[in-house]
Amino acid sequence: MNGSIRKLSLTGLLLLLVLACVLDISAGAVRIPLHDIFRILFSRAPAADASWSFIVDKIRLPKAITAILAGCGLSVGGLQMQTLFRNPLADPGVLGITAGASLGVAAVMLTGGSMTTIYAIKELGPSGSWLIACAACVGAGMAMLLVLVLSGRLRDNVMMLIIGLMIGSVTLALISIWQYFSNPEEVKDYLLWTFGSLGGVTGKQLSILGLIVGVGLIAAWLSSKMLDALLLGENYARSMGLTVRRARTIIVCTTSLLAGVITAFCGPIGFIGIAVPHLARLCFNTSSHRILIPACCLIGAILLLLCDCISQWPGTQAVLPINIITSLVGAPLVILLLVRRRNLSINAYR
Amino acid sequence: MSSPLLYAKNLSTGYHSGGRKIVVSAGLPGLEIDRGRMICLLGANGSGKSTLLRTLAGLQPALGGTVAVGGATHLSPADLARRISLVLTDRVVGTNLDVYSLVVLGRYPWSGWLGGLDAADRSAVGRAMDAAGIMDLQHRKVHTLSDGESQKVMLARALAQDTPLLMLDEPTAHLDLPSRIRLMRLLHTLTREMNKGILLSTHELDLALQVADELWLLQSGGVLHKGAPEDMVLEGVFEAAFAGEDVVFDRATGVFRIHPEGGPAIRLEGDGTLAFWTRRALQREGFTVIREETADRVVRIIEEKSAPRWVLETAGSSRSYTSIGALLRELK
Repeated sequence: MNGSIRKLSLTGLLLLLVLACVLDISAGAVRIPLHDIFRILFSRAPAADASWSFIVDKIRLPKAITAILAGCGLSVGGLQMQTLFRNPLADPGVLGITAGASLGVAAVMLTGGSMTTIYAIKELGPSGSWLIACAACVGAGMAMLLVLVLSGRLRDNVMMLIIGLMIGSVTLALISIWQYFSNPEEVKDYLLWTFGSLGGVTGKQLSILGLIVGVGLIAAWLSSKMLDALLLGENYARSMGLTVRRARTIIVCTTSLLAGVITAFCGPIGFIGIAVPHLARLCFNTSSHRILIPACCLIGAILLLLCDCISQWPGTQAVLPINIITSLVGAPLVILLLVRRRNLSINAYR
Repeated sequence: MSSPLLYAKNLSTGYHSGGRKIVVSAGLPGLEIDRGRMICLLGANGSGKSTLLRTLAGLQPALGGTVAVGGATHLSPADLARRISLVLTDRVVGTNLDVYSLVVLGRYPWSGWLGGLDAADRSAVGRAMDAAGIMDLQHRKVHTLSDGESQKVMLARALAQDTPLLMLDEPTAHLDLPSRIRLMRLLHTLTREMNKGILLSTHELDLALQVADELWLLQSGGVLHKGAPEDMVLEGVFEAAFAGEDVVFDRATGVFRIHPEGGPAIRLEGDGTLAFWTRRALQREGFTVIREETADRVVRIIEEKSAPRWVLETAGSSRSYTSIGALLRELK
């Protein structure tokens, strides 16, 4: 019975993913008829309007792929953190990786001299800049190294959670100091980056994002047995033959890789990492990570695609930042699901 | 004779804290666990039972001495997990886990590296759930289980791990009396039928005296007495161990006495169940119950056609009562 429900959920979600993809590609300031979109995507034949080809190929398709990659990566990272720390509120940001990336970006934008920053942003847009991406990667990498060095000295995962939060908090304080002493234009640039953006990741950047997220997802799926063992807590995990410290290092590295690279290219995107693992557990009614990891990928991708559709509300020119939409749309969704499934105690998510 | 499942020599237990060694028990005697033996580890709160158990199980390193499992001293975590399974006091909450999946986790040391199960794994899980009597719970979520059910489920998980040696840290805590007895009986059956070696820590002295093949009595500082339960009682180990504290172990009954001795003497005449319960009642009222004829008060139990009577004789007078309650009211 459980198996057939699972298959039904899977089929439904796959259909939904295709639908969300089409919807996302067709949404935007320029209206392109649906059959033209399909023609551009699949037959490579010239569209009725030459600029449509460009819009679909160079803007909307990369953006949809970015949304899928970010949705998968952030959700799986969140799932790993929730299991590792046995905490329903954990997300990929708890290790301080996202904050580290932000520090890297702030360092470049706020002190790198207005010339370079403004040049980079004007040329490539705030999220598509190699400079920004590299700065974010360096920041995320440094935060990860710090967490790893400290985690080697700890036996306890909860202490690690606290240390991650402390690193995040110190990092954000450093950024605030920088903001305080910077001039308003630079602060505005930085703020724009923190709103997150799925657009602007194209070409080489998209391949790099895809490659690293792919590696991270495969690594996460291969460690699903370790994650299952950690559900019972560290002592039981150890008694079943798991080397807890090694498992922790692998999980921290995977999540850092996913969260770091996604933050580098898209800016900090909140909410997805916390909410999607809960949605996946609700849909598939299981705790097995072999099932939950693909489930998180599906749901995360769908959710982020839909949020992206909403962010460019049809018929208007305005585009809202993705980070705002994920929280605005996602949070009520989770509340609704939890309230409707009243028979599930909150303990089920611990 | 085959070698023991586990032996420990010159063991010192404790932990490191801030670069300092904190010793919990030092210079423990040689400890052995054989197949088919049930060993109960007793000791007051804070005497180091859990630390000893965790050290023997390999969850924390020994400060000194050696622990050899299956004859080998340095086993990899995976090899150790195929020899020792544990039931700990850690509470397992939710994570949307159902009972069947939790028991399946016990196959961790044996299953493939993505956690896939083969036929042997599945049959081991089935046998474990059957032995622990939790077949009817298998679709329940873990967070909906009662304490007693949860304990049985954790036992099933340990059994699914299919190890010759099983260690349990206070498995009877939080359980009601019938569940405690059932659990102890189940563990005893496992040693007899599946030839497992079992070490469990507990505060249930009376149950331990009934089921254990061997008792380890740990006192703080690392003094550990061991032996067959009956030998230890007769040698006065428990009386000595608790001497100086305000509890008294009664060698004659095998239980701790709640009511201190030293009250006025009273003589009890009678045998069997009636005498046993009358003695308990008198002790509760503060009397020292004796058999000698020196007491000036005597309670005589007279059994007549299924209706017993209690006759209280004091200097010159003699009165009869039909219940212990009535007798006690008079004695007050």
